[in-house]
Amino acid sequence: MTRAASHTGEVVLAARNVAKSYGSVHALKGVNFDIHRGQVTTLFGENGAGKSTLMKILSGVIQPTTGEIILDGRPVTFASANEARDRGISIIHQELSLAPNLSVRDNIFMGREIMGPTGVDFAEEERQVRRLMEELEENIDPLTPVEELRLGQQQIVEIARALSVDSRILIMDEPTSALSASEVEVLFKVIRDLTAKDVSIVYISHHLEEALTITDHAVVLRDGTMTAYAPRAEIDLEWIVRNMVGDNYDLGAPPATRFGEVALSIRNLSVPDPAGFNLVDKLSLDVRAGEIVCIYGLMGAGRTELLETCAGRLTASGGEIVLEGREISHLSIAERIARGLALVPEDRQRDGLVQTMTVGENLSLASISSFTRGLFTSRSAEKKLIGDSIRNVTVKTSGGGAAIGSLSGGNQQKVVIGKMLATRPRVILLDEPSRGIDIGAKAEVFKLLAQGAEQGLAVVYTTSEVSECLSIAHRIIVMHKGRISAEFDSTVTKEKIMAASGESVAA
Amino acid sequence: MSATTAPAAASRKPEFSIGRFLLEGRAFFALIAIIAVFSFLSPNYFTLSNFLIMSSQVAIYGILSIGMLLVILNGGIDLSVGSILALCGVVAGAMMQGVELDWAGVILYPPVWAVVILTIAVGAGVGALNGVLISIFKVPPFVATLGVMYVARGVALLMTNGLTYNNLRGSAELGNTGFNWLGFNRIAGIPISVIVLATVAVLAGLMLSRSAFGRWLYASGGNERAAELSGVPTRRVKITVYTISGALAAIAGLVLSSQLTSAGPTAGTTYELTAIAAVVIGGAALTGGRGTVRGTMLGAFVIGFLSAGLVIIGVSSYWQTVFTGAVIVLAVLMNSIQYGRGARKG
Ligand SMILES: Nc1ncnc2c1ncn2[C@@H]1O[C@H](COP(=O)(O)OP(=O)(O)OP(=O)(O)O)[C@@H](O)[C@H]1O
Ligand SMILES: [Mg+2]
Repeated sequence: MTRAASHTGEVVLAARNVAKSYGSVHALKGVNFDIHRGQVTTLFGENGAGKSTLMKILSGVIQPTTGEIILDGRPVTFASANEARDRGISIIHQELSLAPNLSVRDNIFMGREIMGPTGVDFAEEERQVRRLMEELEENIDPLTPVEELRLGQQQIVEIARALSVDSRILIMDEPTSALSASEVEVLFKVIRDLTAKDVSIVYISHHLEEALTITDHAVVLRDGTMTAYAPRAEIDLEWIVRNMVGDNYDLGAPPATRFGEVALSIRNLSVPDPAGFNLVDKLSLDVRAGEIVCIYGLMGAGRTELLETCAGRLTASGGEIVLEGREISHLSIAERIARGLALVPEDRQRDGLVQTMTVGENLSLASISSFTRGLFTSRSAEKKLIGDSIRNVTVKTSGGGAAIGSLSGGNQQKVVIGKMLATRPRVILLDEPSRGIDIGAKAEVFKLLAQGAEQGLAVVYTTSEVSECLSIAHRIIVMHKGRISAEFDSTVTKEKIMAASGESVAA
Repeated sequence: MSATTAPAAASRKPEFSIGRFLLEGRAFFALIAIIAVFSFLSPNYFTLSNFLIMSSQVAIYGILSIGMLLVILNGGIDLSVGSILALCGVVAGAMMQGVELDWAGVILYPPVWAVVILTIAVGAGVGALNGVLISIFKVPPFVATLGVMYVARGVALLMTNGLTYNNLRGSAELGNTGFNWLGFNRIAGIPISVIVLATVAVLAGLMLSRSAFGRWLYASGGNERAAELSGVPTRRVKITVYTISGALAAIAGLVLSSQLTSAGPTAGTTYELTAIAAVVIGGAALTGGRGTVRGTMLGAFVIGFLSAGLVIIGVSSYWQTVFTGAVIVLAVLMNSIQYGRGARKG
């Protein structure tokens, strides 16, 4: 699927010796980076390597501490993102930046409303949104409030917003972290159309194989410095991984555990949608202690709803949830956590993190009772728990007292996982746990889960990346329209999984 | 191009900067400045007796503002505290005058300790009503407490027919003396009201910084959805903070009517605004999740000492209003400077 890069496009935007420090944290240490006209430059790097920081500098969101930005051969400074946008540079942020109460249309044209003779020309805006959604092959109504959309759909809106600007340089910071394969395929088609029109693209993703299919140039960042650069012809997966984390990685294999009793039993579970049909439709699933189950499915297959119902966030309209032999449907979220059932939610900003608290307070939030002695919390016990969690999930941070917002996206994700693992669950549900974390950390997290399984932890995780199904999972469940459409053991092929999900298998 | 090996996580030393120091301690420095300026302008200001008098006035606002702090940390607001204060004062007054039981044909004079407990229970009950409206019936805090503010004030007016209960001293024959103890007595020279304030502040401070409940409160104020998914009983937290706020308003009502030895249905009007101002000046964020008892106490003293000072140097009460407003705006401005940076997306 590689495209013959016809010519090495000239450099349209470049960073020269760009450095950025936050106090004593050096996010970037003198980086040179080129964006070529009409081509796709992918940026690889571990969590906290400085990718987002570099992109924010190039798009005017933040200013570099030292160094220059060169646009069309001339040095420029952008005072704000709007200024950069006026010069034709736009960015899709890693963390969604949509106003949840506004409609899709209003979000897309926020700050750039199309004015008609009698105020905002809503009809024209709506028409343009419909056209964008058509292009992205999504069935999203322009008038739906964004808060009613699933995370993946919100990401589509974010992409549509960037596309609506008609910029000549488009920066995409992990645009596909919540999308499944077929949506990514559509996005890639859009990217190819754009590059054909001489738009230059920067693409960041932790889905390496996927990124390889679209890239013309690859750049690897590590600890704030550029460690490698190569055109498409010279790179492969192994090259990226070697330059990113140093050695090869492996997502692991299903641990050879002996399964225990059924830990979590879901029986005939239905979850209704406000519109009337069932998001989860009479679904039954048993997970044994020590077993790892992966749930694969397209956006909207009902995976999130299934897990959130088990955790107690949503209420079922029928069916039973049985945890270690006890029916738990009537219990609160807190009681379920106390009984050993934990959920790592999909949307870390909205459901996972408390932005006003520190890294440490976030990590210890779900297990406060474990370090409360009588009336008061024990500082030393809490400190130990935080230290252990930071080490376990390898959070890159200056310490437990750092602001949660100072962490890179992937490291924030690790905090959410660490927080729920700290409750010492016996059943853990993880909704897209690998969202935004690098391959090293992904392997780390999977290893942690596999170790847990060896000690009897029952694990259920969802993913939109097929290669993640074929790692530690003993069993792979494919969900389609709220039901289980297929069930496989760990020897299945990617093609079979994708076919069962209702996805057209990309050649 | 070779990889430079750098220490994985640079250890972050808290950098000392004078600007940051002043910003973070702003309420404290404001208080010092106020004391300095007024001591300079008036010889009567900087005396122990004046400080004790001012402090016993601050006590009322201070107690209210601690309750308000808890509510604001939760991301809410409690507009009803002024009215609860009045209602509770009136309830206490009514009990001191004697409760007539028609069916038994007797008038009961409950002892003061019983009056105090019952009054606090009434305040807590009204607060709990706020909490239930907000957490279970999902009425926005602003609206729910606005409604309760009117209702409580109205009930207070109805109970007294708009009049004031005077002379709450009780009498020895009836065994209900001592009501003015709260407002007038001193222990080791310190007014009881100040001691009450200090006790409440210390307990609230401990609760916020060291108890699980405190952590729950900060978490649910910062991000309720995330807190709930982490097992925080967010509803219970909400009902509890409004209940505490109501109970503290009742305590403030007792202190006030004891200081005045009278209880009127119009007492405490707009006190809720002063309490909110104290919390904001103390650096708490109205969006929830951020704020401390120490800051709120400083905020209460800033407001109290400022208005007392203006009275002492003879500035018109119209100017007092202007000054207080300016201080509030300035405080919010600095809050947004402090919280505006350091936070980031992505
Ligand atoms: N506002 C800030 N304050 C302190 N440190 C920061 C701030 N912003 C970024 N950093 C630090 O800079 C480093 C680079 O962060 P950046 O977000 O660029 O990483 P990234 O490569 O995008 O990672 P990810 O793959 O996880 O998104 C991290 O160590 C991060 O903690
Ligand atoms: Mg990033």
